[in-house]
Amino acid sequence: MNQFQYVRPTKAQAAIEAVAKDPNARFIAGGTNLVDLMKRGITAPQKLVDINRLPLKQIEHQGSSLRLGALALNSVVANDTQVRERHPLLALALNAGASPQLRNMATVGGNMLQRTRCTYFYDLSMPCNKRQPGTGCGALEGINRMHAIFGHSEQCIAVHPSDMSVALVALDATVQVSGPRGSRSIPFADLHRLPGTTPERDTNLEPGELITAVDVPDSPFTKHVHYQKVRERASYAFALVSAAVALDIENGIIKAARLALGGVAHKPWRLTAAEQVLVGQPATEETFRRVAAVAMQGAKAFKHNEYKLRLAPNALIQALKTAAAA
Amino acid sequence: MVSDLFPTPENTSEPQPDSNARRSFMKQAGGILGLALAPPLVAQAERLTAYSRTIEGATDLTLRINGQTRTVRAEPRVTLLDALRERLDLTGTKKGCDHGQCGACTVLIDGQRVNSCLTLAVMVQGKEITTIEGLAQGDELHPMQAAFLKHDGFQCGYCTPGQIMSGVACVSEGHAKTDDQCREWMSGNLCRCGAYANILAAVREVASKG
Ligand SMILES: Cc1cc2nc3c(=O)[nH]c(=O)nc-3n(C[C@H](O)[C@H](O)[C@H](O)COP(=O)(O)OP(=O)(O)OC[C@H]3O[C@@H](n4cnc5c(N)ncnc54)[C@H](O)[C@@H]3O)c2cc1C
Ligand code: FES
Ligand code: FES
Repeated sequence: MNQFQYVRPTKAQAAIEAVAKDPNARFIAGGTNLVDLMKRGITAPQKLVDINRLPLKQIEHQGSSLRLGALALNSVVANDTQVRERHPLLALALNAGASPQLRNMATVGGNMLQRTRCTYFYDLSMPCNKRQPGTGCGALEGINRMHAIFGHSEQCIAVHPSDMSVALVALDATVQVSGPRGSRSIPFADLHRLPGTTPERDTNLEPGELITAVDVPDSPFTKHVHYQKVRERASYAFALVSAAVALDIENGIIKAARLALGGVAHKPWRLTAAEQVLVGQPATEETFRRVAAVAMQGAKAFKHNEYKLRLAPNALIQALKTAAAA
Repeated sequence: MVSDLFPTPENTSEPQPDSNARRSFMKQAGGILGLALAPPLVAQAERLTAYSRTIEGATDLTLRINGQTRTVRAEPRVTLLDALRERLDLTGTKKGCDHGQCGACTVLIDGQRVNSCLTLAVMVQGKEITTIEGLAQGDELHPMQAAFLKHDGFQCGYCTPGQIMSGVACVSEGHAKTDDQCREWMSGNLCRCGAYANILAAVREVASKG
C-alpha cells in the first residue's frame, strides 16, 4: 500500500475542505472497500480523511422519513427497530451483503460508494476505462459473465455491487450531501451514473462532497417485501442478480409497487415501467410473469452473461411471489 | 418480512469460561511476551483521539489489546492485522486472504467482530481490541475454545482463531439459535479444510449452554 497522510477532523467542514482542496485526498469511513483497493494499487490517495469522528451515526425519524446517518454501520441499520418496522426491505438487503464482520465495519455512505467488483477493474494488467480512462474495456470482449445487461456502453459494462443501494433506490430514498459550496439533496436514483463515455465517474457527487445522511420516506411497504439475491454460494458472495420488491396489497389487488434489480447495471436498476403495470392487478403469478417481461425490455447481454436474461426475470418473479405471500 | 434467519438479537451475555477444559492450545495473553508497555492510561489515549489529528510517517500508536495498553510504532498504512502479527508478536490472528474474503483475521473491537486485515491500526486507537490470545483466562479456556477441541472443529487449524472469535461474537449477538441461522452468521469465516460440520457443532453447543 502507498504511503499517505492521515487526518482525522472533528468538524464536517474541515473534512470537506481537506478533500475539496486536494484531488489526491479521499474520505475513509469503514475502509472495507478503500483499504482493499489501496492494497491492490487500484487507487493510491496521498491523504486519507478519517470521517469517523463526525457526528453522523444517528438513525432517527424526522418529519415523514427515517434519517440514516452516513456513518451508521450496516449491521446497526439492519438491526435497528425502526428500520425493521418501517423498511424491512432495507434490513433484508443489508443482511444479504458481505459478511457479519464486514457489516460491522461498513457504513451507509461507504456502502453506496463502493466501487465495482469487475475483474478487469481489479486486474492492473488489463485495460479498464473506469480504472484508467482511455485504455479500453477488457470485459466487453472478455470474460463478461458478471457484467451488465442494462444501461451499459462501449466504454464500460461493469455493474454496481451494492445490495443496500438496490433497496434504497426502490424505496425512493434521498441522499443528503454537504460540499464546499453548501448542502444539497440528491434523489437516490440520481446518485449513481450510467457509464456512457465517462465510466471513471461512478456517481454525480462533486469533489469534496460528503454524504451526511440518507432519508428513507415513510411508505406502506412494511409487510409485503422481499430481497431475492442469487449468488454462487449460499452466503458471502456478490449478487449475480438480485431483485428488491415492495408491494402494497389490499384484498389481493396491488395498490402500489416498488421494484429494482441489482447486479444488472452500472447503477441500482429501478423498474418504474414494470411498477406501473402492477398497479390495480391481482397479486398472482400470472401478473408477475407479465411484469417481469416488461422489466426485461431493452436488456442486452454479452457473450458470457446471457444467463442473466433468464435469471433476472426469474429472480424478480420469485421475489414478487415471496413478497406477496409475506 | 424479515426472515427467521435474521431475528432481532437479544442481549445475551457472553458465556463464562468452562472450568472442565484446560488444554491451552492458544497462545496466552500478550503481556507474557514482555513487549514494551505504554503508560497504562487509557483515559489519556482516549482523550487524545477526540482531537483533530494529522499523522504522517511512523508514529507511536497506542492500542488497547486484550486489556493491556500497547504502543506500536507504525505508519498510518499499517493494518491492525500486521500491527498484531508483525510488531506486537500476537500471531494468533491469522492472515488468509488479506482482503476481507476469508475471516481468518477476525478480532473483536469493542466486542464486535471485524476483519483486522481491512482495519487501519491508526483508526482503532482508544478502542478495546480482543484477539484469540485474550479469550482464555489464565489456564482456563474460553468455552468456545473448549468446544472447538471437544468437537474437533478444525483440521489444519489455520482458520480456527478467526472461527473462534467469530463464534464468540455469533453467540453473543444471538445469531446461533438454529443450525441454519448459525451457518448464515458464520459465513464470514471460510475453512479450506471443510471442518464446517464440526465448527457448527461447537458454536451451537456454546449457544445452547447460553
Ligand atoms: C469480501 C467482500 C465481500 C463483500 N460482499 C458484498 C456484498 O455481497 N454486497 C454488498 O453490497 N457489498 C459487499 N461488500 C462491500 C462492502 O459492503 C463495502 O466495502 C462497504 O459497504 C463499504 O463501506 P465502508 O464504510 O467500508 O466504505 P469505505 O471503504 O470507507 O469507503 C468507500 C468509498 O466511499 C467513500 N466514502 C465513504 N463514506 C463517505 C461519505 N460519508 N461521503 C462521501 N464519501 C464517502 C470513500 O472515500 C471511498 O471512496 C463486500 C466487501 C468485501 C471486502
Ligand atoms: S485475512 Fe482478513 S479476511 Fe482474509
Ligand atoms: S481447519 Fe484448515 S482451514 Fe479451517
